[in-house]
Amino acid sequence: MTSVTQAERPAARVPRPGRDRRVTDRGAWFLVLPALLPILILSVGPLLYGILLSFTDAQSGRTAAARWIGGLNFQDLLHDTLFWESFRIGLVWAVGVTVPQFLLALGLALLLNQDLRLRWLARALAIVPWAMPEVVVGVMWRLVYAPDAGVLNETLRDLGLGDGRDWLSGLGTALPAVIVVGVWAGMPTTTVALLAGLQNTPRELHEAAAVDGAGAWRRFRTVTWPALRPVALSITALNLIWNFNSFALVYVLTSGGPGGRTRLPMLFAYEEAFRYGQFGYAAAMGCVMVAAISVLLAVFLAGRLRGGDTA
Amino acid sequence: MRTSRTGRAGQYAALLAYLVFLAFPFLWLVSTAFKPPRELASLHPTWIPEDPTLANFRQAFDEQPLLDAALNSLAAALGTAVVAVLLATPMAYVMARRRTRLARAATGWVVVSQAFPLVLVIIPLFLVLKNLRLIDSMTGLVMVYVVWALPFALWMLVGYVRAVPRELEEAAAVDGAGRLRTLVSVTAPLLAPGLVATALFAFVTAWNEFFFALVLLKTPEKQTLPVVLTHFIGAEGVVDLGPLAAAAFLATLPSLVVFALIQRRITGGMLTGAVKS
Repeated sequence: MTSVTQAERPAARVPRPGRDRRVTDRGAWFLVLPALLPILILSVGPLLYGILLSFTDAQSGRTAAARWIGGLNFQDLLHDTLFWESFRIGLVWAVGVTVPQFLLALGLALLLNQDLRLRWLARALAIVPWAMPEVVVGVMWRLVYAPDAGVLNETLRDLGLGDGRDWLSGLGTALPAVIVVGVWAGMPTTTVALLAGLQNTPRELHEAAAVDGAGAWRRFRTVTWPALRPVALSITALNLIWNFNSFALVYVLTSGGPGGRTRLPMLFAYEEAFRYGQFGYAAAMGCVMVAAISVLLAVFLAGRLRGGDTA
Repeated sequence: MRTSRTGRAGQYAALLAYLVFLAFPFLWLVSTAFKPPRELASLHPTWIPEDPTLANFRQAFDEQPLLDAALNSLAAALGTAVVAVLLATPMAYVMARRRTRLARAATGWVVVSQAFPLVLVIIPLFLVLKNLRLIDSMTGLVMVYVVWALPFALWMLVGYVRAVPRELEEAAAVDGAGRLRTLVSVTAPLLAPGLVATALFAFVTAWNEFFFALVLLKTPEKQTLPVVLTHFIGAEGVVDLGPLAAAAFLATLPSLVVFALIQRRITGGMLTGAVKS
């Protein structure tokens, strides 16, 4: 679709008479408010309120008002080894999902950019995980991983590779098992974004490079990748954030078990807030997560500015 | 571009591997949903049910209030779709037609809103909605969903508005049509497909959502499908696979249908968006 690109042309507008302009300006505010007010009240407001809560001892189900306790929550959090363990798991999960997902999606996007039969089927299938509720994706993979009736163990037995195991309950296998699901679930967005980048590469450049005798790898490195780089960076940064903040998938697959091996920070904070009622403490966790994400974004933005972004 | 014969073969092998990876979990879900208990208990499960049955579906409806849950999900999704588009369209129009600071701020918000851990927002929201007595209510949930769907709806709609040539509006103005008249008889018809696509996208987002629904809805009869689905998974992880698969299969059908309808528009929008960003 060329819809978005069209509008970027410089606006050559006829100057309007003063009165009309003032009227439309007031009209503009009138048009903007219906969306802006709810966003401010139910999104920006709670965000600021949440930061405020992290400095209080707010608890659920308590009648007394919350007291301001300064940085005490953050001090406690600093010594909460369970939280830092879940923070570490969150990082392993985020990187562990994002990197293979990127490589697989890049491969798929390159294939889908070729004239291959069955390409339509792959395109359609690549979208399916996107349309499914995350809870269903979790349920589905539980069926795949099921110890006896699951397709994975059955396939392994058929191939003579052992007797199968309970992947989601094993201390060593649980995290890798949920990472595979994360990779599967996030393939569509990444693939579509990269495909967009590929279709943005001028075909003539490829042909010129081919005429000059450049091999497939050289062409990828000198023609494809430079054009793809900005999109690749954006989608990777977003994926890291999304994955670090993810909840539903792992909640359904393992609920954070076994023994906390897959307890992502969001699961930890959710339990703290809605099982133990520690609103202030959980809000502090949220703040630490925002801080971590901001650092990540800053690093990414710095890298992107340095990279001479041309898109 | 020419590719060698072995290169082509390699490409097809890779494509086949992708097809298997992408398709097999879903096929397994469908297959499990139609299997009788005997085949489910077998240590050597079959790929295609030898004796397909609807018993799992019946059992799923017996065990959990699936119909209520589906109706709740439908209400939440329809409410979100309609309200989000109604609120977002005027603002998107302004953002698309004028280069204001507000427009830039709104675009920035789309990106930033992706970055919050929801837990930081849900605790204050929970407290506020509790004071308004909107916990455990569809109104409260839809309010949250609308705000949550707004950034992306705005982003999609801005693209659609820009696709309507400004010249058409100006021509109508020259012909003496007022602003409102121009909007109604020139802009709106051209915008209609975009409005539908945006509404359907908001619908799917709300239909699939889990976290807010889990926190905000307490009474079993009021819960949405994704929340009710998790009730099939017992406390000790004991799972009745057949009914679980059947319910999951049903829960995913509406999203798949809607997505099939708007897939081209969304990927198209995302493609341009990704390239421009």
